[in-house]
Amino acid sequence: MSAIAAGRLKAQSASRISPWAVTAFAVAALVLLPVATIALIAVADTGTLWNHVLVHVLPQSTWNTLVLMAGTGIVAVAVGTGAAWLVSAYDFRGRGVVEWALLLPLAVPTYIMAYAYLDILSPLGPIQGAIRWVLGFQSPRQFRLPDIRSMWAAVLIFGFVLYPYVYLTARAMFLTQSANLLEAARTLGVGRGKLFWRVALPLARPAIAVGTALALMEVLNDVGAAQFLGIRTLTASVYTTWVVRADLAGAAQIAVSMLVFVMALVLLERLARRNQRYAASAQRPRPMPPQRLRSWKSLVALGLGVLPVVIGFVGPALYLIVAAVKRMDFAGLSTPLLRAALNTVSVSALATLAVLMAGFAVAYAARLQPGRATGLAARVATLGYAVPGTVLAIGILIPVAWFDRSLDGVMRASFGWSTGLLLLGSGAALVYAYAARFLAISVGGIEAGLSRLPLSYDHASRTLGQSAGGTLVRVHLPLTHTALTAAGLLVFVDCMKELPATLLLRPLNFESLSTLLYGEAVRGTYEDAAIAALLIVAIGILPVILLARTGRLSRD
Amino acid sequence: MLKIAKTLGLVSLLAMGAAVPAFAEEVNIYTTREPGLIQPILDAFTAETGVKVNTVFLENGLIERVQAEGGSSPADILMTVDFGALIDLVNAGITQPVKSEALEANIPAALRDADGNWFALSGRARVVYAAKELELDSITYEQLSDEKWRGKLCIRSGQHPYNTALIAAYMAKHGEEATRTWLEGVKANQARAAAGGDRDGARDIAAGICDIAVANSYYFGLMASGKGGEEQKAWADAIKVIVPTFEGGGTLVNVSGAAVAAHAPNKDEAVKLLEYLASEPAQKLYAEANFEFPVNAKAEVHPIIATMGTVTPDSMALSDVLPFRKRASELVDEISFDTFSN
Repeated sequence: MSAIAAGRLKAQSASRISPWAVTAFAVAALVLLPVATIALIAVADTGTLWNHVLVHVLPQSTWNTLVLMAGTGIVAVAVGTGAAWLVSAYDFRGRGVVEWALLLPLAVPTYIMAYAYLDILSPLGPIQGAIRWVLGFQSPRQFRLPDIRSMWAAVLIFGFVLYPYVYLTARAMFLTQSANLLEAARTLGVGRGKLFWRVALPLARPAIAVGTALALMEVLNDVGAAQFLGIRTLTASVYTTWVVRADLAGAAQIAVSMLVFVMALVLLERLARRNQRYAASAQRPRPMPPQRLRSWKSLVALGLGVLPVVIGFVGPALYLIVAAVKRMDFAGLSTPLLRAALNTVSVSALATLAVLMAGFAVAYAARLQPGRATGLAARVATLGYAVPGTVLAIGILIPVAWFDRSLDGVMRASFGWSTGLLLLGSGAALVYAYAARFLAISVGGIEAGLSRLPLSYDHASRTLGQSAGGTLVRVHLPLTHTALTAAGLLVFVDCMKELPATLLLRPLNFESLSTLLYGEAVRGTYEDAAIAALLIVAIGILPVILLARTGRLSRD
Repeated sequence: MLKIAKTLGLVSLLAMGAAVPAFAEEVNIYTTREPGLIQPILDAFTAETGVKVNTVFLENGLIERVQAEGGSSPADILMTVDFGALIDLVNAGITQPVKSEALEANIPAALRDADGNWFALSGRARVVYAAKELELDSITYEQLSDEKWRGKLCIRSGQHPYNTALIAAYMAKHGEEATRTWLEGVKANQARAAAGGDRDGARDIAAGICDIAVANSYYFGLMASGKGGEEQKAWADAIKVIVPTFEGGGTLVNVSGAAVAAHAPNKDEAVKLLEYLASEPAQKLYAEANFEFPVNAKAEVHPIIATMGTVTPDSMALSDVLPFRKRASELVDEISFDTFSN
């Protein structure tokens, strides 16, 4: 690329602000709004309680959260990266199935996973029952394994249900790592085993970091699983402070400290690799041919690939199926259940659409006009993911309700006609909440997708007479549609599973599958809960399979 | 794919708009209590009066939402469990006083606000579940910290309102220092992490994890009646319910209740619904559908609940317990009640 062309492009972009940048700033402002609202609540009132929180709540729950995150991170990275390497570096019988099945735990919300294993591994459950039968014990009072409500169980449960975030990003990286690099390494005498540690893994580090960050944010957002397992996390403390002590300001203070903590983590990771560059060449990379495994090695590989799927998906899914079948005579799906399914799918789809468009605007602006402002917009747009769902929901509730109230007041005063609660009453507030929360996924994914396209493409396209818009439609969109689709599907699945924000912001008589499930669980009528949970998992599988397909297509 | 999603989205938004049909009269409930529990009662109300009932279950954040919605809020009735939460509604300024002879006749004065800002609708006792074979006929709340229960007691999070109310009541009776000692004893008795729900206490007794558990009275009815499925019936079969008392006092009976929202657009219907909920037939349904104690003396408790024996509510008023709630919650943090370390 000629230095002159680059200089001109830069000069041009500095002279005026493109509509893309304006859109990116608007998106960032919309995400910042709830976060700023929470920050305002946090500083509004301190009083004496902050002392209590500082001394008795934060140290313990920060420690618990750190341990849980570190443990989950280790499990998720080990399982996710290992599995990704397994299916991309080796070919074995059943690899085709294992490759997409490894994504299935994405469809299982953490709270369902925890509940299922609490029951499966209970002394009354099938596994301990079988052990007792083998050992000849009659009752759990004579023999039982230690209770699973503990940190190590929580780490395993979170790790095995969240590893697909790492698997997804790591596999995409391994698949497109050009064979040239790997072959060069081999020529230089690196064995196949070492190839992973010396070349493939270091090259995949940004991707693994992104995946791990997504997984860890899920840990931070979880309330249900931690509640079942008795782990006092920061998020649980936010709830307690707010709900039990009726102290929203205190809760907001904890939430803000969490946010600072998360931002520090993200910064740290970026800082750690600030001196490294990861660029692909403009040529389409030739993927590395997987090594064919035979006989027992093939079986071992298959076993290793299947294990995470069994723990993260088959276990809870089987549990739900058995529970659903046992407790209901298949009279069909009830109307509320079907309506909830329709609600879930439609709101999630709308939110996904919004997230994709907003995410693309933010990522594209950063590409067209690279610089501090657009970069900042991109970072701000991803803040929502680091705020626990309920807290974010409060941050959205207040400005949105203010808007609704004001509009209603104006309309009543000037037209004698009430709009009621326009955004809250229509479910639009829900779409906003999902979008603000999951924008990080799409911005991250699309940025990664765009960063793969060398700027020389843009220059070539512009030289050939395409406008910026033309370049977008003819060059960037076709080349990033895989990243877009992948981000969209991931966002969709996450919207479907979302619980706390949905609970707080939905209109009257509106149930999603997750709120329905939660309501049943609160009530203890597990028969319907199992069916709703199964529906979440079942509907979640579809996008997950599509997700697996997009990954494979990109390789062909 | 996206096109399909878009179409689906539009269709369902339309459907959502259409899902609230044009009933001549309606009433909107915001509730922190899962409305499915009282759905049969609400259905009976609609059948009798023709007033449609819309609900939204807002487990956390009901107050914030009603406050944020302000004068445009569609909420008519605010419903909640736990006495403290009920008073929080009043303190947040989102209720309005209601004057109704029917309500005053059916709900004892102690179970409603003198100004009509809140009304209790049902009661629930904090009881002890014990393994059936255990030789134990009576227990006091104070004895829950006895050394004989080391590693043998199951209880949910100390920050759950049901437990916070118990700890606050203890504090109202015995003072803060005695409560701290007692709570530390209860913590030392934990057989597993203070997590999950009240029903888990019964399950874990059946599973041999603990001998006794602290739980609400109506869960026993829900489990024993088979309403929660066969498995839960088996849990109920493994336990017996012991109604504890404070030393020289009675049992802690908490309430569920409701208030009329400050900006209720359908105030008449809201009062009508409250009156219905306190009436004899609805109170019978409370007892039958959810095994709670009716507040209306004319309705009786469910036979399953009656097998627990008589429940004599402690003479201390719930409003005397209220000032200790916050301190109780802080105490739970201070002694790390919810961090299992036995």
